[in-house]
Amino acid sequence: MKTITVEQLVKNYQNDKVVTNALKGISFSVDQGEIFGVIGPDGAGKTSLFRILTTLLEADSGTATVDGFDVVKDVKKIRNCVGYMPGRFSLYPDLTVQENLEFFASIFNTSIKENYDLIKEIYQQIEPFKNRRAGQLSGGMKQKLALSCALIHKPTVLFLDEPTTGVDAVSRKEFWEMLHRLKIQGITILVSTAYMDEATLCDRVALIQNGQLLSVNTPKGIISEYPNSLWAIRANEMYALLQAIKSDPEIESCYPFGQYHHVAFKNPDSNQKKLENIVQNGKYTDVEIKTITPNIEDCFMALMT
Amino acid sequence: MENNKVITAKDLTKKFGDFVAVDHISFEVEKGEIFGFLGANGAGKTTAMRMLCGLSLPTSGVATVAGFDIYKQTEMIKKRIGYMSQKFSLYEDLTVFENIRFYGGIYGLQDEQIRQKTASLMKQLHLEGEEKTMVRSLPLGWKQKLAFSIAIVHDPAIVFLDEPTGGVDPVARREFWSMIYDASERGITIFVTTHYMDEAEYCDRVSIMVDGRIDALDSPGNLMKNYGVNSMDEVFLQLARKAVRTAE
Repeated sequence: MKTITVEQLVKNYQNDKVVTNALKGISFSVDQGEIFGVIGPDGAGKTSLFRILTTLLEADSGTATVDGFDVVKDVKKIRNCVGYMPGRFSLYPDLTVQENLEFFASIFNTSIKENYDLIKEIYQQIEPFKNRRAGQLSGGMKQKLALSCALIHKPTVLFLDEPTTGVDAVSRKEFWEMLHRLKIQGITILVSTAYMDEATLCDRVALIQNGQLLSVNTPKGIISEYPNSLWAIRANEMYALLQAIKSDPEIESCYPFGQYHHVAFKNPDSNQKKLENIVQNGKYTDVEIKTITPNIEDCFMALMT
Repeated sequence: MENNKVITAKDLTKKFGDFVAVDHISFEVEKGEIFGFLGANGAGKTTAMRMLCGLSLPTSGVATVAGFDIYKQTEMIKKRIGYMSQKFSLYEDLTVFENIRFYGGIYGLQDEQIRQKTASLMKQLHLEGEEKTMVRSLPLGWKQKLAFSIAIVHDPAIVFLDEPTGGVDPVARREFWSMIYDASERGITIFVTTHYMDEAEYCDRVSIMVDGRIDALDSPGNLMKNYGVNSMDEVFLQLARKAVRTAE
């Protein structure tokens, strides 16, 4: 049995006669115990999807199930078995750390003691501040408390909507390590992010843009679907180099990636020689050209256009 | 002060009670430079930026921004800087033109200048005909580009960008950086914070704050060489992991 199934979900919003098509009929499924990433920029439809799956919003059409329950007919059952961490901090800022956790435990007819094992590793990091009001916590600590609260009733499925947005690279790494430990406990995790590099930390991902799925696959599978061969090039004058490569008619795309530009040709048979020719026409020094394996962001941009 | 230094800071420090948020930081930023200001959450970036923008008085140390003293000439500083962040940039319930007019007016542009600026911005951003569109109905990528254009509508000496590209799609993120390059070519200094480490590699120089101090400051190439790694991500992780204090 699939833990999450999504069939042709459609969601539109209307505001001042302007209709926004948030979800344009998307379908996918998630296996038990998977970390499944929903990856796309702001406005792609990630939060609408999460709110529908957690029964906080109704779709205009289409169906979805979570842990075998229908998101429209079995609202209460779903609410009992899922944990949800919304993108915006949604705990009670004027309750202390411990009071928040006790509150969420009591809503689900359980106690901190009963499920302490599940949250122990995460909660221990904020336990020294258990008498501090949640509103006074730093971003990283708020995040750990929110995750503890989402886990306290031992959910079978965890929904995390952009848990790492605005979080620095070190804390992001630590957060993903926590998720992998939860996976080992058998919890299915649906997690959304706008950081493309986090895709490789998921078992499978759905790339989403403008309410449509661009691809659903393992990170490796998405990379193997990349249509072109890809080159990385750098030289002393990167900005001029970018303009020069982009203006060449044989170039499919040229995007800056840190110290390199990633270049794909329209004709897949084109080779390094062509790139060398473009560079020779300029006055570049320290030129380095190499073939590379695309990353998820390369794939995302190729699928967008 | 030398004329080509847009920021000079010497032992700049800010304490809140016993807590040293910014701990004797010293650095200089040159005209037209793209300066990356990195650090983990809670390392002191925001506090340092607020001082440089004239919004918070230092506890000790000296600094000038655009040639003005950050203790005594904060109002002059505010006129000569631009600011944009992902969280706060434009008024969603004003139109594109109203936002330009509002910010242009605040920075003392004349009506005629505002009209000219509007026309050239619309063309540059391929937004012709969208002057009367509410900002909230623009796609995020366009909103960010418009916000940046408006942050430099008064041709400031320096623009502070606080995580300007968070959540933006990867193509729009790159278009945004190409606007940053254009502004820098025109002599506007760019002071930018980001959590995207590939963006750190687009900067001329990068500083990394750890526990209120600047623990590294160099070009991305030199930083990678000195730390013996191949990406700024690894440089950042090595430095930020040394942090003793937790965020805030």
